[in-house]
Order: sequence, then C-alpha cells, then structure tokens
Amino acid sequence: MPPLADLTELIVFVLLAAGVVVGSLGVVLLPNVVYSAFLLGGVFLSVAGLYLLLNASFIAAAQVLIYVGAVNVLILFAIMLVNKREPMADAPGLGLRRLLSSGVCAGLLWLLLRVAYTTPWATPGPTPLGEDAVVRLGEHFFTDYLLPFELASVLLLMAMIGAIVLARRDVFASDIGTGEAADQGLIEKARSPLLIEKTRP
Amino acid sequence: MPPSFTVDLEAGFRGLIEAAGLSPAASRLIWLPLPMLLVLVAAVVGVLVTVWLERKISAAAQQRIGPEYAGALGILQPMADGLKLLVKEDVIPARADGLLFTLGPVLVVVPVILSWLIVPFGQHLLISNVGIGIFLWIALSSVQPIGLLMSGYASNNKYSLLGGLRAAAQSISYEIPLALAVLAVVMMSNSLSTVDIVDQQSGAGILSWNIWRQPVGFLVFWICALAECERLPFDLPEAEEELVAGYQTEYAGMKFALFYLGSYINLVLSALLVTVLYLGGWGFPLPVEWLASLLGQNIDAPLVQVVSATLGIVMTVLKAYLLVFTAILLRWTVPRVRIDQLLDFGWKFLLPIALVNLLATAALKLAFPAVFGG
Repeated sequence: MPPLADLTELIVFVLLAAGVVVGSLGVVLLPNVVYSAFLLGGVFLSVAGLYLLLNASFIAAAQVLIYVGAVNVLILFAIMLVNKREPMADAPGLGLRRLLSSGVCAGLLWLLLRVAYTTPWATPGPTPLGEDAVVRLGEHFFTDYLLPFELASVLLLMAMIGAIVLARRDVFASDIGTGEAADQGLIEKARSPLLIEKTRP
Repeated sequence: MPPSFTVDLEAGFRGLIEAAGLSPAASRLIWLPLPMLLVLVAAVVGVLVTVWLERKISAAAQQRIGPEYAGALGILQPMADGLKLLVKEDVIPARADGLLFTLGPVLVVVPVILSWLIVPFGQHLLISNVGIGIFLWIALSSVQPIGLLMSGYASNNKYSLLGGLRAAAQSISYEIPLALAVLAVVMMSNSLSTVDIVDQQSGAGILSWNIWRQPVGFLVFWICALAECERLPFDLPEAEEELVAGYQTEYAGMKFALFYLGSYINLVLSALLVTVLYLGGWGFPLPVEWLASLLGQNIDAPLVQVVSATLGIVMTVLKAYLLVFTAILLRWTVPRVRIDQLLDFGWKFLLPIALVNLLATAALKLAFPAVFGG
C-alpha cells in the first residue's frame, strides 16, 4: 500500500474516532434533547465510516440504513411530536444522580479499557473479504446463526404487536373508574357544527 | 492495445499521464476528482434541463406558452432562475435555530448527490462499481428525512414542522416497498452491483429487460420513487394549500435553492435508477452485438466500442428523460392525495403487493431458473 493511502486512512480514522467520542459526549451532556438526537445521528454515521474503513461496506450501509434511517428518524419523530421547547426542570437530588451516573460510566470505561489492554488481540486481523462479505453473511444467517436471526425477528414482531396494542385505544374501551364503555372513536364521531347554536337565539 | 478493447476512460487517462512521466500514485490522484466533477456537472445540467421541461410541459398542459424570451424556446430560463436564487438575500428568521437551519438543506442534498456514485452510463462509465451498489442508494436515501426534520424543526414555524414530520413519515413508509421491489430485481441478478444488474438484462435487447419479468415491481418502484421525491400526487410535505410550503416555508435564497436542486436531482436520479433496474440501463432495444455482426463489424474494434459506448450514454439519458417526462405530466394532471390516503396506500396496498411480488419472483426463480436468473 502506498504511504499516501496509509496517511489518508490514519487521518480519516482520527476524524471518525473524534466524531464518535465528541458526538456521544454531546448526546449525553447537551441540555437540548433535539441536539442530542441529531448528534446521535452523527455518531451513527461516524460508526458507519469506521466500518467502511474496515472494508465492511455492507455492514456500513446497513448501519446507515437501520440506525440513521430508521432508529434515529423515529427518535426525532417522537421528540418532535411532543415538541416542547422549554428547558426541562431540574429533578430533585440532581447532584447525587449525576455523581452516581458518572461513577457508573467511569467504572464501565475502566472495565472496557482493562478488557482492551489485557486481551491478546490477533493483529493484524483476518484479511477482509471485500465484496464476498454479503454472500458469507447470508450463508451464516441461514446456517449457524439461523436461531438468533429468527429469534430477533420474533422479538421485533412482539415489539410491533405491543406497539399496535398500545396505540389502538379501542382495546381499552371501558372507563377504568366507572367501568362503563368509553367512547374512544374521536376521529370517526360526527361533530356538531358550532355556529348553528350561536345563530339560533 | 489489448485484444478486447473496451471504453475504459480511467485506464486511458492514467496511461496518458503516466506516459508523460508521472508515477501511478500521482496519476490516480489526478484522476480521482475528475469523474466526480463530471457527474456533479451532469447532475446539475440534468436538473436545468428538467426545470426547463417542467416549465414547458406545465405550460402546454395549461395551454400557455411558458418561458420564451430567455434564449431560444426559453432554454436559458432555468439559468435565470438559478442566478436569481443565487443573488437573493439569505434570510435566517430571528427565532430560528441558525445552526440546524443551515445544516438541514445540506443534509438533504448531500446524500442525493452521493447516490450518483452508483449510476452507470456504460460498462466502465460510472464513478465506482461498488459491490453493494443499489443497497448504498437505499441506505443513503434514508438519511434524507433527517435533513427534512432538521429544517422543519429549526424554522420554528408550525407549517414547517408539520411539513418536516409529513416528509419523514412519507419517506419511511415508502422506503419499505421500494426496498422490496429492488430486492426482487437483486434476487434475479444475484448481485447488488448496478453494472451486474444491467448486464443481466442484456442479451436479447428489449425482450430481456426486467420490465417484462417484473411488471409489478416496476410499478411499485416508480410509485415509491415518486413518493420519495415528493412529486405530485405525493407532494404532501409541501402542499401549498395546507402548509404554505411545508419545511421550505422559511427558506430563501441559496438555501431554498438547495432544496429545489435536491428534489430535482433526486427526480433525475430516480428516473436513472428505474432505467438501470427495469429498462435495461445503457442497453439498446436491439442487441448491439447483433447489430455489429449485421453490419459486418468486429464488436471489439475500437471505433465500434466508442460508438456503442456513446449509444449507451444516449440510451440511458433518453430512457431516464422519458420517465422524467411521465413524472412531469403526472404532476400537472393528477390531484394530490390526502395524508391518510397516502399512508394507507403505502402500508396497506404497496407493501403487501411488493411482498407478494418478492415471493412470486423467488418461486419463479426456483421454477424457471433460465429465465429468472438461476
């Protein structure tokens, strides 16, 4: 490999890694939740760039499609549907909460660093498959990883049915307090025009 | 000269530079930006032509004349439009979020332009024959809703926010049948690469095009592509009567021009991809090999190769603009659907149809491997 390509790779790696680290710090620390959500998209994109650097182009595209195109868009969608612009009020005992969560995060970081430094990594790793990776992924999905693959799809199906049950309110069509049937069909109900009553007297 | 000469501009150009005494690395460095620049220029020129067509065809549909003073037949009118947008004042509303407001249009345009990476105009006439080709386009086009949501939110305007939300909902709904339609084609050609997809459709000229084997897939893909481009009858996000201009309401000058450019580049790109996936890409309706043998020419002769490559580019552009023409005609003849009709149509009609199409393609591929790519 010519030195120019090596240098480019190094620069791109440093940029992407910095993007991931700074971006995820921003996701956690920024007070504005909309900025956090957009930065999360940036972090996902940077991770896709790292996959691309590792010659795993299919994984990179899948990362963009699933995490940026679906997960992040849904998060943004949910945030914007409950579009509240005022800053959130401080919860009681905020200092203690922050202390505890930063302690947990620091412990996790220490654990991961320890794993990273004690594991005997086989460098350089196996040679990248390049374009054949798609075929190999498909083979693995339908042979030795068939069970996890199918279980994941069952899990997603369950999540989807749960979401539909929660969203369709006619399932809970009785009033919890009085026990009588509640009228949930707000959209289909014919509305009486407001102006007629005003003109009558 | 190699025995089987093909038009490979990269090899030719780099050979020329290396003959002048530069190292292979340097010649590669000089070559790299050229195709990108060329495709960027092609995309922008494509947009100018499309805007002119849109103005002329809409005028014809409404029995007007349309632009006629700027150049012959008003052909310079899109340039004048662009120039006007370029020199307009760039307004950022006082209560808007300046950073996101600026970033939004950029996030809308960049994925669209990046997707031109995979559009082939000939066997070697594309920027990069990436193995994941068409999947890259699907992934990139899913980034666009983030830019729309961003600009809708940052404008601090109810119409903009509603438009952005609609755009995102529409985009994620129609992405799924779109991807399923593409998957059926990919299954037939055993490859995600756009070049392989076109190669699989060559052989018997117009008869071997995918549109005959995938008529349902073609319709589903074209409808979804129109919805992704937010063209009428699916232009809900910017429905003038309801939302002023949707997420574009607060935009002016060059930022508005980016949205405008992005939507037209996306339209031309979608037309090109329909060409690649269903209409045989750069293939001539009659097989070029057969024509060459009819004229008594060797298909590998340099001159024949140059002629056939030119023919390929012309065919690709011609087919794409035929589709652009239908899109424009549709825009000026059909009414807009309602948002609930749009989502119902996407989820309850197109998605099941696309799934059945995928299953039918798989079954046919198992039953007739010779015809449906074994």
